[in-house]
Amino acid sequence: MALIESNEKMNGVAQEPVIFAEKLDLTFQTNDGAVQALRDVNLTINKGDFVSFIGPSGCGKTTFLRVVAALEHPTGGEITVNGMSPDEARRQRAYGYVFQAAGLYPWRTISKNIELPLEIMGYSKESKREHVDKVLKLVDLEGFGEKFPWQLSGGMQQRASIARALAFDAEILLMDEPFGALDEIVRDHLNEQLLALWGRTGKTIGFVTHSIPEAVYLSTKIVVMSPRPGRITDVIESTLPRERPLDIRDTPEFLEIAHRVREGLRAGHAYDD
Amino acid sequence: MKNVVPVLVVLAAIVGIWYAAVAPMNIRTALDQAERGGAVIEPEGGRTRLEVSVWRLMADNSEYISEGYALDRPRLPTPAQVGRELWKTTGEMALRGKAMSKRSLIYHATVTLKSTLWGFLLGTFLGIAGAVAITHSRVMDMSVMPWAIISQTIPIVALAPMIIVLSSQLGIEDRGVPKAIISAYLCYFPVLVGMVKGLRAPSASQLDLLRTYSASQWETFVKLRLPASVPYLFTSLKIGIASALVGAIVGELPTGAISGLGARILIGDQFGTPLAIWAALLAAAILAGILVTLLDLAQRITLKRMGLQA
Repeated sequence: MALIESNEKMNGVAQEPVIFAEKLDLTFQTNDGAVQALRDVNLTINKGDFVSFIGPSGCGKTTFLRVVAALEHPTGGEITVNGMSPDEARRQRAYGYVFQAAGLYPWRTISKNIELPLEIMGYSKESKREHVDKVLKLVDLEGFGEKFPWQLSGGMQQRASIARALAFDAEILLMDEPFGALDEIVRDHLNEQLLALWGRTGKTIGFVTHSIPEAVYLSTKIVVMSPRPGRITDVIESTLPRERPLDIRDTPEFLEIAHRVREGLRAGHAYDD
Repeated sequence: MKNVVPVLVVLAAIVGIWYAAVAPMNIRTALDQAERGGAVIEPEGGRTRLEVSVWRLMADNSEYISEGYALDRPRLPTPAQVGRELWKTTGEMALRGKAMSKRSLIYHATVTLKSTLWGFLLGTFLGIAGAVAITHSRVMDMSVMPWAIISQTIPIVALAPMIIVLSSQLGIEDRGVPKAIISAYLCYFPVLVGMVKGLRAPSASQLDLLRTYSASQWETFVKLRLPASVPYLFTSLKIGIASALVGAIVGELPTGAISGLGARILIGDQFGTPLAIWAALLAAAILAGILVTLLDLAQRITLKRMGLQA
């Protein structure tokens, strides 16, 4: 808790929920009958939080992120984003979304890809260039703006897609397993960069992952979920400092949090085996 | 240029088989001709020979096999004969400044080409428009797509005369119009199928991404679906233009047309001049090759400009 208080002081703002979910339910109607993707999800995410969602496939972590983004609509309960409905928040450009696949348009250069949301949102020409330059610098891709996606490595492509999500100054960044398809070395590097970016920008980040070390390393809050029906089994507030070199992963504190996450995952699975 | 060698090998094989086939195909005609010239053939008389297989005839009269390669009206002309006929009716006439004479295949090719291009334009337009409708409307998807498929199961040879009769009933004098319609009928389908596939090529997450920007359907179409469909479009256009050419030629067959490659084929058949048929056939193939190559070039240039690796 000490960490959160210090966060508060650093940001100079009072704790206000950016994302607030209460008794959230979501049931999909499929050909095989109803599937409960989310059941009774209660969660508060504050400004500047880095929240990871971890759990096995089908636990609803991605679904929850999609509900926040108004890509899915809940069948019960309540959710607000910046105090509004998700749909309204989307119209107000509240969040940028990063998908597992970078999904850059192969016919656009990196700059043009980052410009895409700005074009749709009607930014002026100078303002577009300004924003593109700013976010390219933010993800360390200066000088690559004129390249086409196929000329970049997978890690660089994913950084470009993060830049695209940051381009229009949304305060919330939603990331759905953004590094899931990358190898571990690249992943470590991107994790480090993402933390630095978070530190510099003070964004609120929702991050879906399969990896326990990744979740513990990045987050201020770890949401452990379990499947059938998708629900939250544990919410862990991280006690790690905000400044996190990669070797923090060898400290006892880190291992303890990782252990608790693993326990949470196991508990959620118990009735399954 | 790497694929030049395999292409040449295949070409050589085709020419080889062709030359080999000329002997059995022309043996009867060669023997008839030799008999009329006073030679003694075993067995005697063209009628009796019809009872005997070509292989037997070739074995018994092997000295006349070579005659089959130099007939005036061969059943199967040799590639060289076809080449000479083609040159006589194209290059040679062009050199004499008679490229547009009614006896020139260049003239007939331009007639066919005109219908092909009109049909191609019309078919491409219909194909793209149909694909856009199908990808944006479930109702269109369910109603138009099955009919599009059924439309291609109707033999075009049966449909072509009806289109010609109907268009003349409508008072359309220009023979090019029904030909272009038949052409378009064959051409729209590959374009439609290719474009539906292309417009649906964007992944779910790419579409979701645009939803997170609250992009309109129009923006999704212009910024994502349309550019994503370009590689598919060119592939279909190449098939489409070949189909359009077939359509134009088929359209010339039952019209009583006197110009166009199809008309040349029909006239060659009626007057028993296989050489003319083969020359027209080869001209059509060359025309198709040129059209597809041009589209291929356009594809390469476009994709390169879009930054896509062709």
